[in-house]
Amino acid sequence: MFLIPNAVVRFFHRMASPPHFYAFTDKVMPWLIIIFVLLTGFGLYGGLYLAPADYQQGDSYRIIYIHVPSAWMSLFIYMVMAISGAIGLVWRIKLAEIVAISSAPIGASFTFIALFTGSLWGKPMWGTWWVWDARLTSELILLFLYLGVIGLYGAIDDKRVASKAVAILALVGVVNIPIIHYSVEWWNTLHQGPTVTKMDKPSIHVSMLIPLLLMALSFKVYYLIALIQRIRIELLQRERNAQWVKAKVLEQV
Amino acid sequence: MSLDQFLSMGGYGFYVWTSYGVTFCVLLANIIIPVLQRKQFFVKALKKQRQSL
Repeated sequence: MFLIPNAVVRFFHRMASPPHFYAFTDKVMPWLIIIFVLLTGFGLYGGLYLAPADYQQGDSYRIIYIHVPSAWMSLFIYMVMAISGAIGLVWRIKLAEIVAISSAPIGASFTFIALFTGSLWGKPMWGTWWVWDARLTSELILLFLYLGVIGLYGAIDDKRVASKAVAILALVGVVNIPIIHYSVEWWNTLHQGPTVTKMDKPSIHVSMLIPLLLMALSFKVYYLIALIQRIRIELLQRERNAQWVKAKVLEQV
Repeated sequence: MSLDQFLSMGGYGFYVWTSYGVTFCVLLANIIIPVLQRKQFFVKALKKQRQSL
């Protein structure tokens, strides 16, 4: 712990306390929205208008600007969910449990978007909406894992117990993450290989790469915004008998 | 480039715009649902507090 400056430790201690966290989210929310609008605006302008059509796929490739960032988010959010779930499991930090369960619907949404837009991209390019190849199947399993987490949490009344159960399920499901990532390399399938996350040079032109990265950042910021909204309601419900929530309720009048 | 040309997306308009449209709706729903839930929570909690006074 001596490696971490005192101010940082203090910050995390304060943030783990529900009323402080709630007040903090009020302050950062407008900034997050501004950053999100700017990133999305420039990303879409660059991707849909400035970037040229693909020499093989024409304009259909423009689905990439939501398909790939969504697929990245589906994996990223799963890892956040599993890690914060594990932190909640080990140290019983309430906020970590809440981050884990609040991430699940957002991750499920991004997984759905990745599958849905992939299907709409596959139809004109592969000639089929769906194939049972390794990448698509493992991503579908990811969607079921998210839905399993949401269902399990809803089925257990005691939310602290529910958080434990959900964390264990999420941790077991982590085995699926590397399978999704490497599926296009391990199995020769219809889905194309990675274009951006390769160790050598990315095989995508810079005029297409920049909007893609902007959209990836935009989705990251969106996740923060949506996560904070979910955390707020989850905190209020869990802490409804606490003094700070009662004070908040009276403020609303 | 004309607006028509832009919207047609070289003949792939249906696939591209359905993708973007559905994505937009899903992402919007993920914001609206918790915000509505919060409003509902405050309305209910306020009623309860008034009753107990």
